[in-house]
Amino acid sequence: MLEIKNLHVKLEEEEKQILKGVDLTVEAGKVHAIMGPNGSGKSTLSYVLSGRDGYEVTEGSATLDGADLLEMEPEERAAAGLFLAFQYPVEIPGVGNMTFLRTAVNAQRKARGEEELSAADFLKLVREKAKSLKIDADMLKRPVNVGFSGGEKKRNEILQMAMLEPKMCILDETDSGLDVDAMKLVAEGVNALRDEGRGFLVITHYQRLLDHIKPDVVHIMADGRIVKTGGPELALEVENNGYTDILAEVN
Amino acid sequence: MALPDVKQSATEARLATLRMPEAGCTRDAREAALARLRAMGLPGRRDEYWKYTRPDTLISPEPPTAEVFHTDEPMVFDGFDRLKIVFVDGVFSPEDSDDLTLEGVSIDRLEDICCKDIHWAKQLYGVLEERGQTPVQRPLAALNTAFAQDGVAIHVTGKPSKPISLIYRHESESSDAILHHVIRVESGAEVTILENGPAAARFNKCIEIDIADGGTLHHVRAQGRDHQRRAATHMFTRLGKESVYKSFTLTVNGVLTRNEQVVELTGDDAVAHVAGACVGDGDFHHDDTVFITHDAVNCESRQVFKKVLRNGATGVFQGKILVKAGAQKTDGYQISQSLLLDDDSQFLAKPELEIYADDVACSHGSTSGAIDETALFYLRSRGVPAKEATNMLTLAFLAEAVEEIEDEALAEDIVSRLEGWLARHS
Repeated sequence: MLEIKNLHVKLEEEEKQILKGVDLTVEAGKVHAIMGPNGSGKSTLSYVLSGRDGYEVTEGSATLDGADLLEMEPEERAAAGLFLAFQYPVEIPGVGNMTFLRTAVNAQRKARGEEELSAADFLKLVREKAKSLKIDADMLKRPVNVGFSGGEKKRNEILQMAMLEPKMCILDETDSGLDVDAMKLVAEGVNALRDEGRGFLVITHYQRLLDHIKPDVVHIMADGRIVKTGGPELALEVENNGYTDILAEVN
Repeated sequence: MALPDVKQSATEARLATLRMPEAGCTRDAREAALARLRAMGLPGRRDEYWKYTRPDTLISPEPPTAEVFHTDEPMVFDGFDRLKIVFVDGVFSPEDSDDLTLEGVSIDRLEDICCKDIHWAKQLYGVLEERGQTPVQRPLAALNTAFAQDGVAIHVTGKPSKPISLIYRHESESSDAILHHVIRVESGAEVTILENGPAAARFNKCIEIDIADGGTLHHVRAQGRDHQRRAATHMFTRLGKESVYKSFTLTVNGVLTRNEQVVELTGDDAVAHVAGACVGDGDFHHDDTVFITHDAVNCESRQVFKKVLRNGATGVFQGKILVKAGAQKTDGYQISQSLLLDDDSQFLAKPELEIYADDVACSHGSTSGAIDETALFYLRSRGVPAKEATNMLTLAFLAEAVEEIEDEALAEDIVSRLEGWLARHS
């Protein structure tokens, strides 16, 4: 589904290479996790895939079901089925959460040549999805993420994911800033979306999240490359011994 | 002190083109206003109060011509049940207007007042304008009082069932309209005043509003799309005890607009909100000049002004809160912000506070900025196309000002006008 080949990325404004040849394939129905120390390029990878400004791809490719992601505008990537759950969800004063969700859902449907959801159908759907994430009516009415707690913001990301039903979900440190209960709730939301047609890329520092969202494959990223790939046991190894041993072994 | 020659000759040149109408009971006020005007002279570029806005075309003997804009789209407020008072190029049009009878209010034409020796409006005509000349001079308002050709006197004694809608049509490319309205809201009475339309090639309009204890006046104005029109407007409002004044103005297009609001809170526990949202593209200059005087205890004032500017448009905000000695427990708030959609547009702001009481809460802020790139990316990453996302963020920026309109249906109508503008200009 998601195929990244030899991806090299530098900052647009300065001569700083962040990704130095990332190779990664996420198959439909699988959950891949990327772990790695601070500054290894994990978040950059998620931003480059979703099309944020400020980065320059100098080499390599990234495709989603064969379509060249790097050629697309961010909204085209979204319509093609890519979703990024932000590490720091953005507050947008003056835009109601519900309006935002409806605009996004319908914009994607329109881009794919599907019919827009009626107000009634949308409302029914959003209420149902919100309920399972314990998002109340008030949170839906408030401006996007404004005044939300850390947990509420992350739940709101998962709600967007549930509404947009993307093919490929990237979760960028979705566990950061969450207490255990909130993390469980978020993980349940993600697990509910797991199915054969959908791929996940879960970026995290910690094994904890992976107790709740069980990965099929775990990658270790360091200095802009994937340096080791293994099964879930790799995450446990990191949890017990830190990155030092793994990195020493690789080097 | 004698006026500088340049100023005096500019003033006399303008006066030469004006004729004072049959004055009736407003004669004294008009003559006094003319004397005031001669003493202060018309505004010039060197005047501090006109530092950011060139007055030349507002004071020239003849107005620059302005093409009349036509559209088949429904006008703002069209769907609302309201009492319509229509002026065409600054002249009252009985055939386009509704019957002026409505329970809770009496409405007279200025022309009819002028024929009478005694009328309630005599107590108001030119009175608040004159009070508003200190500490800052407003010569165009004095000119208006002296030479207004038409207008209405609205006396609100109850709670009329529908808004009173002043509609200004522009039909002649060279019209030079001067309108003056007076509104008196009696104790406990409540009214909504709507205004819309481009009015004339050049429009000088003044409204004096006197709100008695416990009275309420809502004002929603939409300044329309005739691109080449020029307008200088003044609203002088005096508030009694526990009275409420809420005014909102939407401005789209217009080569030159200067809206002055002069508000005086003279009774305790009064509330005054003035707000404005403007969107300008290209050869657009919009100036909000506000002066709010707190002269009573426990009053609240809010100024919320938002401007969206692109393609070299200019926005100006001059806003002042003056808290007099003794006006304790004043709650004053002022925010002026611009969203600059490119590097060619500019926003010039001069927020001022002058406070002589020691137990007050006054805050003010002014910002200029571009679209928040992070928010834009967030919206786009959810599939919202760049243009639509920019429009969403632009409307969100204006929301705080639009929210000052209490009536939800009116607010929705204003938002739909903004959406229309965004759709046309992006």
